Amino acid sequence: METLEPILAKHAFFEGLDAAYLKLLVGCASNVRFPAGSYIFRQGEEASHFYLMRQGRVALEIYAPHRPSIVVETLDGDDILGWSWLIPPYRWRFDARVVEATRAVALDGKCLRAKCEEDHDLGYELLKRFAHIVTERLQATRLQLLDVYASHG
Amino acid sequence: MLPTVEEVGHSTPLPDPMCPEGYRVESVSRETHDTFTLALQPLNGAASPGFAPGQFSMLYVFGVGELPISISGDPEQPSRLVYTVRSVGPATQALVSRQPGDWMGARGPFGTAWPLDAARGKDVLIVAGGIGLAPLRPAIYHILRHRDDYVRLIVLYGARSPGDLLYRKELAAWGRSPDTQVLTTVDYGGVNWRGRVGVVTTLFRHLRLHPDKTIAFVCGPEIMMRYVITELQENRGVPAGDVYLSMERNMKCGIGFCGHCQYGPYFICKDGPVFRYQRLRGWLGKHEL
Repeated sequence: METLEPILAKHAFFEGLDAAYLKLLVGCASNVRFPAGSYIFRQGEEASHFYLMRQGRVALEIYAPHRPSIVVETLDGDDILGWSWLIPPYRWRFDARVVEATRAVALDGKCLRAKCEEDHDLGYELLKRFAHIVTERLQATRLQLLDVYASHG
Repeated sequence: MLPTVEEVGHSTPLPDPMCPEGYRVESVSRETHDTFTLALQPLNGAASPGFAPGQFSMLYVFGVGELPISISGDPEQPSRLVYTVRSVGPATQALVSRQPGDWMGARGPFGTAWPLDAARGKDVLIVAGGIGLAPLRPAIYHILRHRDDYVRLIVLYGARSPGDLLYRKELAAWGRSPDTQVLTTVDYGGVNWRGRVGVVTTLFRHLRLHPDKTIAFVCGPEIMMRYVITELQENRGVPAGDVYLSMERNMKCGIGFCGHCQYGPYFICKDGPVFRYQRLRGWLGKHEL
């Protein structure tokens, strides 16, 4: 049976990560599939995993009463889905709706948090990588808020 | 051979650059709720001036006013000048309200072009936002027509919403061409939209660039271009000398006399609109310019 180690090793998110840490992460990883139209998680639920997307498309959206949900962003193959597992109170901030059937590797956040507490070097490595993603998405959200294509005349 | 950014300017003498030539509107087609494409033909069988991808004309609606509009058509069909115009005010509204058979005036073409000769043998990365795809379309036509001269063609295109995406059928067709990758995204997508949602810079996540073999052509709102430059320079390592921008200012005369489009030491109409990023580095983002 194919292990998840080569998949994790090839993913840009884990580029340059110590092989021993990679093996340790494989212990917290599992293959998952989600059909189109399903929800991977919903706002307010406990954030127990994050996902290395391999194929498909997921919309991060926020529920609004009396109007359709608002899609904030979509994520595709090779993207990382979810960081709420890392930051208290470990609750999802958005709904993750599957737009196109999605394959991913799920990493167990509870398992990882425990390992990060035991080994702060691992914790620092993961935090640096997630900080990069959080910063990228914050910048993208700022640009999105500027509504640069609107007519400002 | 196409003229370079440095060569175009006014190396080719124009008959009288301040005197509009007469054109007949051949067709007007709706692209989106506020954006239209007009095709013009010279009156009385006069010769068309031709153009290089990236250049613009001053289009004159008689009795209303004159507007700088980039040419968005095929450079190898020069007898038919094509312009994509977004209606944002009275003058652009008058322009897009023309009907086939109407007459109008045009001066030009003016300005510098995308450096398609310098791009030969390289991956060409095109990053467009909103109506910024229009001045890049002639360059895409040229590359697709001379496919063996270039390596990969990558088009990243962002628009405000799915209904604001220009040239949707062509984008899909370009994406089916060999060695061509076309990625689109919108800032705001409804729940029924199955494409990507996110700003144009998020598309870079899906690319593997070879920075030393890549030349980038960028056109869109200036803020968007600044974010794209950050991505190209700081995160992707594309040299400043290989990044070209098309700038927009309030062009009036089109030949660098009136000063309306002055940008630091440059006149956008004469020294641009296409600039090598290196030349603008000290000016882009400067307040009150």
